[in-house]
Amino acid sequence: MLPPYAELLGITLADAADPTLLLMPSADTLLGRPGYLHGGAIGGLLEMAAIVALRCALAEDGGGQIKPINVTVDYMRGGREKPTFARGSVTRLGGRVANVEATAWQDDADKPIAAARMNYLIVRA
Amino acid sequence: MTPETLPPFDPQRFIRHGVGGHGGLLKLSYHAHGPDWVELKLPYQAALIGDPDRGVLASGPILTMMDMATSLAVWTRLGRFRPHATLDLRIDYLRPATPGKTVVGHGECYRITRSISFVRGQAHDGDPTDPLAHVAGTFMFTDAPAERA
Repeated sequence: MLPPYAELLGITLADAADPTLLLMPSADTLLGRPGYLHGGAIGGLLEMAAIVALRCALAEDGGGQIKPINVTVDYMRGGREKPTFARGSVTRLGGRVANVEATAWQDDADKPIAAARMNYLIVRA
Repeated sequence: MTPETLPPFDPQRFIRHGVGGHGGLLKLSYHAHGPDWVELKLPYQAALIGDPDRGVLASGPILTMMDMATSLAVWTRLGRFRPHATLDLRIDYLRPATPGKTVVGHGECYRITRSISFVRGQAHDGDPTDPLAHVAGTFMFTDAPAERA
């Protein structure tokens, strides 16, 4: 289940069989300067990808609540008016903290438009 | 008009017709500014919730507001608009935003070089001495020629 903010951005699962791949279709309401996605919308997608990946990993590991500590987003290329994909990956899931990475791309997964590193506090169930 | 006769960059004037695009979706608006800082407002909206159990705002909208406030702070310090792109932005989430409250984002530009500007800022929901987020980032001017040794 994605939160209301993901719905606002139009984010959906790209593939029913792949629970960590997200898709954000192009929309006028996601633009910053003309022709380019707003960095904040890309950052929002990356955070959502990180949270989805972490929830999946946590569900297989006893469950728990997650609280964001920080996020660092690096922007590599301008995001154009086309569908954007993102995937999160849990680098380490510890007892109290999780380190998560997420990448966003458009045409080619090997040419990311942005990437983020995030740290989350885990409140074990 | 030559650049010398243009009035200096005014963030309030720049967004007087409201913020379009993604900022419009979030209902971002002008709050205040000074020589090297700009403050924007993010009104609370149920659609921005990231944690439905607690009604807490997602962090993405705060990221968007801080990106925009620090971006405007660069042009305000510079005194004119120059195209640039966000290179990186880091946010520390000090505490969750209080459900129902408007969040104010204070963005400051503290250094500008030939091709890079350095920014920082805080977000709060009423009391500037009790910030909910801290940000640091850089922008790259996209009209500058590549630097050569």
